[in-house]
Amino acid sequence: MHDVDAGYGAVRVLHHVSIEVREGETVALLGTNGNGKSTLIKCIMGIVRPEAGEIFLETDGTRVDLTKRPTEEIVGLGIAMVPEGRRLFPKLTVQENLLLGAYRPQARGDIARNLAFCFEAFPVLRARRKQLAGSMSGGEQQMLAVARALMSSPRILLVDEPSVGLAPILVNRVIGKIKELKERHHLTVLMAEQNFNQATKIADRGYIIVHGKIEFEGHSTQELREHELVKKYYLGV
Amino acid sequence: MARSTRTLLVGLAVVGAGILLAALRVNPYVYFAGYVILQYVVIATAWNILGGYAGYVNFGTPAFFALGAYTAVFLIQSTRAPLPVLILAGGLVSGLLGLGIGYLTLRLRGVFFSIATLALSIVLQTMIINWEYVGGSRGLSVIRPSGPPFGSYVTFLFAVMVLLSVVAVTVARFIERSWVGRGLAALRDNEEAAECMGVPTLRLKLFATTVSGVLLGVAGAPFPYYVTFVEPTSAFNLDYAVNALAMPMIGGTTSWVGPVIGAVLLGTAQQLATVTISSEMNLFIVGVVLVAFVVLAPEGIVGLVRRVRGR
Repeated sequence: MHDVDAGYGAVRVLHHVSIEVREGETVALLGTNGNGKSTLIKCIMGIVRPEAGEIFLETDGTRVDLTKRPTEEIVGLGIAMVPEGRRLFPKLTVQENLLLGAYRPQARGDIARNLAFCFEAFPVLRARRKQLAGSMSGGEQQMLAVARALMSSPRILLVDEPSVGLAPILVNRVIGKIKELKERHHLTVLMAEQNFNQATKIADRGYIIVHGKIEFEGHSTQELREHELVKKYYLGV
Repeated sequence: MARSTRTLLVGLAVVGAGILLAALRVNPYVYFAGYVILQYVVIATAWNILGGYAGYVNFGTPAFFALGAYTAVFLIQSTRAPLPVLILAGGLVSGLLGLGIGYLTLRLRGVFFSIATLALSIVLQTMIINWEYVGGSRGLSVIRPSGPPFGSYVTFLFAVMVLLSVVAVTVARFIERSWVGRGLAALRDNEEAAECMGVPTLRLKLFATTVSGVLLGVAGAPFPYYVTFVEPTSAFNLDYAVNALAMPMIGGTTSWVGPVIGAVLLGTAQQLATVTISSEMNLFIVGVVLVAFVVLAPEGIVGLVRRVRGR
């Protein structure tokens, strides 16, 4: 992602944002509310169109410009998203939710395998597969949102604030699951999070975004932890 | 494969039974009333593809139905085209209108979409009223072609409607069970989330509005030959808008069976009431039944049956 400007109507949210996520990495995008984390992720998914700048996906030497592609094609390229606030289909069953995760045509052949995997990774979803998604608890819903994204056999997973609205113990569990899944699936993960401590548990490195600008690039979690912005925003020093 | 052959066989059997019934020549009124009920099977099924599966409530059913009917009137006036051509043309023109309505969904959702479709119906009616060639506000007498393939013309039209119903229901059933149906269910539940999942929401909505429009036009195309006198007030009757919505809601909107049950039940009740009480009772019955269902069984008869069976 290079030099991206984006916003909604007259409101500019992102200013010259450049970030890079390399294959196999887990990168954290840190920032408090209203700094543009979700907008950045929506830009990658083609839900918000950047006004300027470039977003590229490079795989096996081929370079694809994402800014001109509709969301369904971006999903088709193997990028899946766990949206903020989960955005499940509350009146559909858990199983129907999962099947919709596999809407991408390339993933439809692997439904049986992916479904079995999701049920193994999240046994609670198997037990509740006939239940309406909206009737589950927050933690279970977050598990479903992650599982639904995995149903599309993605290579890249974009996770938007997995900790939002969850009890600390559940945040632990969700973050742990993402790490575990990442290792098993060789995923590349970009995770937007305001919960600094949780995010740095699994991230290799990260960016700090403030008012729509990348203010700091930390090459390791150590660097992030020691940076003054983190101290300012998270430790109250 | 075996499943689709079975569907085909069931469909053919229903059409065969319809033709057989048409050949029996029982009391002519049976065909007359039967035609209306079957017409509602098509209308309710068509409405449900957009309203039930995709969750976009269309109040403009009369516009699509009447456009099919008036396309037929125009072709009868200009070329005396045969019935199959009228049906295809009616479907095509209403389908194009449906496609146009589909683009409205980009900006209008929920109740605003419904209001727009209601307005569409009124605009279209005004245009027809001012178009003398198809009868204007006075209406136009249509002469049926002589010599239907079998029976009287009404029994023939009855058989045609059986065929159209089977086609409509088969299309709806196919959509429901395909990825298209799943995608529509997703955008009905949460359009934003559907987009995030890579469901091509615009394409699916355009597909739903177009197919729904085609089927509504198809239902309207034989109408001129059925009534033999077409005028705007009856072709654009509000009854179509209300029934198209009430029938699937009473039957159940998430399954293809729902609109069929609703249309047969409500359609029959209306026909009986017309004969035994008065024709004004029609909408009253619909109103009462609809309110009862919204309160007692919001998921319709199909939902009710599922609930009883499930537990």
